[in-house]
Amino acid sequence: MSQRSWRRMQGWGAALAFLLAMALLSGAAAAQPEVQWPDLSGVSLTVAAGAVGQELQLTKEAAAAFSELTGAKVDVLETPDLATDRLGLYLQYLGARSPDIDVYQIDVIWPGILAEHAVDLSQYVPEEEIAQHFPAIIENNTVDGKLVGLPWFTDAGLLYYRTDLLEKYGYDGPPQTWQELTDMAKAIQEGERAAGNRSFWGFVWQGNRYEGLTCDALEWQASFGGGSIIEPDGTVSVNNAKTAEALNLARSWVGTISPPGVTTYAEEEARAIFQSGNAAFMRNWPYAYALAQGEDSAVAGKADVAPLPSGGAGSAATLGGWELMVSTYSRNQEAAAWLARYLASYEEQKRRAVIGSFNPTIEALYEDPEVLAASPFMGSLYDVFTHAVARPSTVSGDRYNEVSTAYFTAVHQVLTGEATAEQVLPRLDSELKRIMR
Amino acid sequence: MVIDRPEPLLLEEAATGGRGGVTLAARQARLGWLLVLPTLLVLVGVALYPLVDTFLNSLTNARLGSSRAVRFVGLANYKDLFSDPVFLQAVGNTLYFTVVSVAAELVLGLLMALVIHSRFPARGLMRAAVLVPWAIPTVVSAQMWRWMYNDVFGVLNDLLMRVGLLDAPVAWTASPGLAMNAVIAVDVWKTTPFMALLLLAGLQVIAGDLYEAATVDGASRIRQFFSITLPLLRPAMLVALIFRTLDALRVFDVVFVMTAGASGTETVATYNRRILVEFQQLGYGSAISMVIFLIIFLFVLLYVRVLGVSEE
Repeated sequence: MSQRSWRRMQGWGAALAFLLAMALLSGAAAAQPEVQWPDLSGVSLTVAAGAVGQELQLTKEAAAAFSELTGAKVDVLETPDLATDRLGLYLQYLGARSPDIDVYQIDVIWPGILAEHAVDLSQYVPEEEIAQHFPAIIENNTVDGKLVGLPWFTDAGLLYYRTDLLEKYGYDGPPQTWQELTDMAKAIQEGERAAGNRSFWGFVWQGNRYEGLTCDALEWQASFGGGSIIEPDGTVSVNNAKTAEALNLARSWVGTISPPGVTTYAEEEARAIFQSGNAAFMRNWPYAYALAQGEDSAVAGKADVAPLPSGGAGSAATLGGWELMVSTYSRNQEAAAWLARYLASYEEQKRRAVIGSFNPTIEALYEDPEVLAASPFMGSLYDVFTHAVARPSTVSGDRYNEVSTAYFTAVHQVLTGEATAEQVLPRLDSELKRIMR
Repeated sequence: MVIDRPEPLLLEEAATGGRGGVTLAARQARLGWLLVLPTLLVLVGVALYPLVDTFLNSLTNARLGSSRAVRFVGLANYKDLFSDPVFLQAVGNTLYFTVVSVAAELVLGLLMALVIHSRFPARGLMRAAVLVPWAIPTVVSAQMWRWMYNDVFGVLNDLLMRVGLLDAPVAWTASPGLAMNAVIAVDVWKTTPFMALLLLAGLQVIAGDLYEAATVDGASRIRQFFSITLPLLRPAMLVALIFRTLDALRVFDVVFVMTAGASGTETVATYNRRILVEFQQLGYGSAISMVIFLIIFLFVLLYVRVLGVSEE
């Protein structure tokens, strides 16, 4: 938990530090290279983008701003919420070599799968602009020396909690361990139900059988010290007692502190329950922060975020996030690259961070006062974002989907009670070894 | 839905040439072939070509959207299929879905058809009302039901808890025992009207004087149903059953929207999508498609043998 030192200072010290930071930042802002945007009148571009929460609205606004700047016509294509479905749609376009979409919003785990359809963006984007982003993400997006995607925003799993309810039930802060979370959720749930809210739940998360479950379950097992499914050297490590312990704990939540239907929830279903004031805790990505504090939220001002609890091996958050890829089948690759550059630029990432609490991939933005004022957690949870656990997508390349599907299917079987962790893990182990052969 | 079969006499004439000798028969036969030729060409284009193409793909290790070289692997994909536990489970699930949903639709559809067929006021309105579920696109109705089944906001849990049948909400689409039956219920709700419509057409061509004669002979209503209605409904039933079975064996949309194949609802078609689209295994996926085709083919043969309209 690295608190910025200047945020802990008092009075004059803080003011002085603030002024100093402002000075530094104006310096940082001034250091932003002035980009000469080209004239792209007559060019029309299409960007395939996500529509989770406020995503689509923000992308449409950015597209309009880019049109204003360059004269290009930009259409935004709305794509499915579930990452798994979205990839299916993309592959239909890419498999048919369709020029209809120029820029794709791709998941942090897809560079290996989509590399052959991507334009090498290092030809179009100046080196110093690439160097602004977190090096780990740039490395993740580079396949055989080709920069497949420009980082757009990064994600890590967070624990959302109700500050008012914690206070009401006499807790002085969010839970540090999963066991604490289980006990707190249970106590709050019983109390709230006794007070008349029959549909109140302790903890909501993503239990549907899809990519999101891989993210949630990886957080449980990594925080117990159960490794990361397949280690970077290619060893399949999932079949161990720590992972079994983590999965059995999660199984115990279903129907007790989590709704029985949690095994059908994705991000938005969990958010619907938390944001309507019907849950004490939620595991979700940063995008839900701005929405939970929004005007139509029942928990505005009563919700905050913390690092996910530990299972004995420290807190773990799965690395998520989205990149911008330019398709090789685009008829305007250069213009498309300009659009990707614009969307991933300092100013645009800042706007998305302030309005939508989307985590920037540009390091300097984590010290921007406007960003920190809108989403204080970006400063206080900085370490969570820089130490997030990666899914084994690099090591499994274009077989990642098979790896992840095998994993989330096995986890889902444990959650729905079809099998115990001790039964599924050996099976999963041999299946993963077969896929990785 | 009435198919005029040619009179036996005309058939014999065509076969033996009747009074016109062999040349006429040959001419007639050639004319017949010419007349069906356009249809045959279209069929070859839209049905046979994709089938052959899929079969050829199923013998390779092709990947979707990949420029990797494609190798011929013979029957390896089929060998892998029959040792793939997920696939075998999916076949089992699909057969369960098909048998239960088609049986339920047949029984309910027949009841519905008999009700609409009988004379009562506002019969036309009733017929129109019955068709509403069938008119809603499957994806929409599946999504609608998904919300109704929802454990926290769903109307189904709410109603059952108010009535006192449930004391805690049930996650209908989350539990392995319930999910498949929840999906079947939606399918039955949606397609029973279709079944009823086809059977109604069959009921309406049964001549009324048969029933009058039976009444004169003193046959009871129930006896009339089993001796007249059911046997004469067989052709319509066969058509309806073939339609529904083929649809059920290929079931995809309702499962995909409601559960995406989780909790023991994976059908052959949803599994096939996963292999093709998510894993990009075109070869393996094509092999699954061929197996679906073969299963459907067997079902059609079975129906035609068992229910086939006798040729006396």
